[in-house]
Amino acid sequence: MKHLNQDELVLHYYGERQDPEAQRHLEACEECRAHLRSLTRVLDAMNALQAPEPSEAYGSRVWQRIEGQLEPAPARWWAGWFAPRRLVAAAAMAALLVAAFLAGRVSQRRQIAGLSAPVRERILLVAVGDHLDRSQMVLAELVNNESKGSVDISDEQQRAEDLVGENRLYRQAALKAGDRAVSSVLDELERVLLEIAHSPSKLDSAEFDEIRRRIESEGILFKIRVVSTNLREREMPQSGKAGRSL
Amino acid sequence: MEQSDATAVAQVRAGNPDAYRVLVERHSHSVFRLAFRMTGNQQDAEDLVQETFLRAYRQIGRFDGRASFSTWLYRIAANCSLDLIRARKRRQEQQTPVNEEGEELGAALPAADPAPDRLAFSGELKQLLAPAIESLSPMERTAFVLRHYEGMCIEEIGKVLGVNAGAAKHSVFRAVQKLRRTLEPALSSAKS
Repeated sequence: MKHLNQDELVLHYYGERQDPEAQRHLEACEECRAHLRSLTRVLDAMNALQAPEPSEAYGSRVWQRIEGQLEPAPARWWAGWFAPRRLVAAAAMAALLVAAFLAGRVSQRRQIAGLSAPVRERILLVAVGDHLDRSQMVLAELVNNESKGSVDISDEQQRAEDLVGENRLYRQAALKAGDRAVSSVLDELERVLLEIAHSPSKLDSAEFDEIRRRIESEGILFKIRVVSTNLREREMPQSGKAGRSL
Repeated sequence: MEQSDATAVAQVRAGNPDAYRVLVERHSHSVFRLAFRMTGNQQDAEDLVQETFLRAYRQIGRFDGRASFSTWLYRIAANCSLDLIRARKRRQEQQTPVNEEGEELGAALPAADPAPDRLAFSGELKQLLAPAIESLSPMERTAFVLRHYEGMCIEEIGKVLGVNAGAAKHSVFRAVQKLRRTLEPALSSAKS
């Protein structure tokens, strides 16, 4: 067996790699053991950086400080979109559809999980359309925000983070189905959502303008609208276009 | 019987802010430790604890139970800490390179009397650790703190950071690599 690299030694130090072969190699190889000792010395030294331990009453003190600032959370107009049941259903649907499309590549003619290809396609179209609508809401809220000075986008960030995972699954399904138009828009959307999710939550006006400029310069909102319209047309059974793509 | 996090969350979402007290009292200490290790400053850490719980309260309608409440709360605390670190970084000039301090430290260690040396080294070592952590990027710092001090596995770290396990793992690797580069010279000279 070849020597363990630093990354493997790090995993070993943290007990995340329990590979018997690596363990045997370590026992037999003085060079790797020396590297591990050196790594251990550095990481053990980091333990000297202790956080002060707050008193037992610390939790109560925090509560007293924030209690007056808590009000029953008002229901947001979009809250229904993020209800746990809906999120779980959306995730399950996305996973089912991705699995169905992946399986469909192997055996195009077979029906997957009792669903025919046109029915699978229509379900996916509805799910992707729904995802695009929610993404559009997040982006539109940011673009149309007219706040002056510092802006708190933590709400939009959280929603963007939630959308990123779903977006990946739909993009993957669109790619497998060979629908380049949809996969390309989902790809661009993912980059914008990630940028929002990884931005600071509180932005000064220049930073916020930069995010808005980015959304507008990509024309992503326009592209989403176009794709959504196309998807809605394809959703309609009378359109007779089912089975063409995605 | 102790109320579970899930029960308290459900009560808060049903419109009972007092139920939030259980969650605040249960998780304040761990959020404080995370915030302190992220910022290295007690006052900042205390402010971040409050900010984290206020933000979590405002967003509790979106907690979907896929991760545990503590993982979700850590994610908010990490984001609050990152906001603070980024804001601080924008304001501050680049810090003095830590390596210079490390070299002086090694040279200053007398070899004749190991016990006082070790004592002095231990004190000086602590002074090296905070800047070493500060030299990490926000993502590396969060990943390292969660792995090293909070004992989270790579997968959980990914959930907190909102990235996949591979990206979380590489953040930990990069962090360790940078820490070794910074601290190994000082540790080697102390050993010799």
